[in-house]
Amino acid sequence: MTKTPVISARNLDKFYGEFHALKNLSIDVAEGERVVICGPSGSGKSTLIRCFNALEYHQSGQLIVDGIEVYEGSNEIIRLRQNVGMVFQQFNLFPHLTVLENLMIGPLKVRRVSKADAEATARRYLDRVHIPDQADKYPRQLSGGQQQRVAIARSLCMESKIILFDEPTSALDPEMINEVLDVMVELAEDGMTMVCVTHEMGFARKIADRMVFMDDGEIVEVADPETFFTAPRSERCRDFLEKVLHH
Amino acid sequence: MAGLSKSLAAPQPPAPELRRPPFLRRLTRSTGFSILVYAVVLAAIGYASYAGAARMGYNWQWYNIPRYLYRFTDDGFQLGELTLGLVMSIYLCVTSFAIAFVLGLVIALLRLSDLIIGKWLAVCLLEFLRNIPLLVLVYLFYYVLGPIFGWDRLTAGILCLGVFYAALISEILRAGILATPKGQWEAARSIGMTRGQAYRYIIIPQAWPLMLPPLTGEVIQLIKSSAIVSVIAVAELTTIGRNLISDTYMSFEIWFTVALIYLAVTLAISLVVTALEKRVSHNA
Ligand SMILES: Nc1ncnc2c1ncn2[C@@H]1O[C@H](COP(=O)(O)OP(=O)(O)OP(=O)(O)O)[C@@H](O)[C@H]1O
Ligand SMILES: [Mg+2]
Repeated sequence: MTKTPVISARNLDKFYGEFHALKNLSIDVAEGERVVICGPSGSGKSTLIRCFNALEYHQSGQLIVDGIEVYEGSNEIIRLRQNVGMVFQQFNLFPHLTVLENLMIGPLKVRRVSKADAEATARRYLDRVHIPDQADKYPRQLSGGQQQRVAIARSLCMESKIILFDEPTSALDPEMINEVLDVMVELAEDGMTMVCVTHEMGFARKIADRMVFMDDGEIVEVADPETFFTAPRSERCRDFLEKVLHH
Repeated sequence: MAGLSKSLAAPQPPAPELRRPPFLRRLTRSTGFSILVYAVVLAAIGYASYAGAARMGYNWQWYNIPRYLYRFTDDGFQLGELTLGLVMSIYLCVTSFAIAFVLGLVIALLRLSDLIIGKWLAVCLLEFLRNIPLLVLVYLFYYVLGPIFGWDRLTAGILCLGVFYAALISEILRAGILATPKGQWEAARSIGMTRGQAYRYIIIPQAWPLMLPPLTGEVIQLIKSSAIVSVIAVAELTTIGRNLISDTYMSFEIWFTVALIYLAVTLAISLVVTALEKRVSHNA
């Protein structure tokens, strides 16, 4: 099976001032592929996926996402972001809008669909994340797990082709992690292209087509889950897995 | 959800005296108490000036004041000089506030933008306005800029107040915008909003309730300092008051009346905004 890459990163370098956050990093993500990125804190995982939807910009190398070249000042960034959804660790729902409005505002104002269509889409995706009856509540009236599922639905409402997840369950109480992971598994099964930063290794093993291990701004290891979890090649990756799997 | 609310409801109710603030604090925060304090202070001032005036042998003519507020003549009902002065003051404040708000917003957005030149311009303007007395600015606008651009007194006064308050208001707007968590920006941008859309639909609606109280403060400050344009003889409340005094020598009565009018206006605004704030916080 030949797959066209929807994300193609070539030799990316990213600096925060003097700090070298991404070092000559290359990765391809194919359409429909599920990539899970893990690695120690500060290794540059967030930075990398934030480059994918232009919340950060790399300084050298080439990044093409969904056929659009990403660089600071490009006038196609808005179009790019419409096709690349992002789910944040802290949910970042809009607190002044109801759940339904949170889902509708993007389609209404950015994609300019009709109100009726936006609402129909919103309700469909609320159904899909299993909270159809919370539409008229405000985000703060929901539990963390519910808020994160609304955030996922918000991305879906934009009919994005790719969804990026940045540690979507790290801010959740343990009993709510699974309800979010379940939704993500369903998404994966439907063939959504996903790039997911997470330390939920059970989940990763279940959905990942490829595991990526990052450390110190570099991609240290890329492997299919089976190999990754049973026979990691690098010392750093073995140490890391040791820590996350046994605690 | 049901399980969650049950576990929240389970703990023992808090002791009643913890829930109610102490009697004294409740008293001092109540509206009635504020009004009482106002009344006492006013009465004290009134009594002191009455006693002082009596010692000076001042000839009180309060009965002459109402005709400067309104009168019935052969032509029918007419507004008095002080009322016309108030109308002018209100006009002055409304227009200069509008200018201040728009200009303040521009300055705030410039400072928050990525434009280096815009940032510098905004900062220079701010530093200039913040470090120059309003009185000097009034003279500058009327005697220097006025002749250059052909402004009359009123225009110079309005523009001067507008520009001066733009600086203060821009800081409030900027602080309100900056107070919105960074994640809100990122979420807005990640669904493809432009910067303008993010401001309009996400940032400003959240920052607005934060800005309202300090903005009210500036409006009241603006109303009070609008009196300063009397130095260039714009026919607003203070100027009219002064003119009336030089005609009638009723300085005590007229200054008291002018002060009370300012007080009434600023109090009314505070009350309206307080009511508005309650509505905003209910909706949020
Ligand atoms: N805006 C920024 N300015 C300066 N340094 C930054 C900035 N954002 C991230 N960094 C630095 O870049 C490095 C990588 O950060 P990043 O957030 O990508 O790490 P991460 O792998 O996502 O870590 P974590 O697991 O803690 O989220 C860190 O050392 C961090 O301190
Ligand atoms: Mg991170």
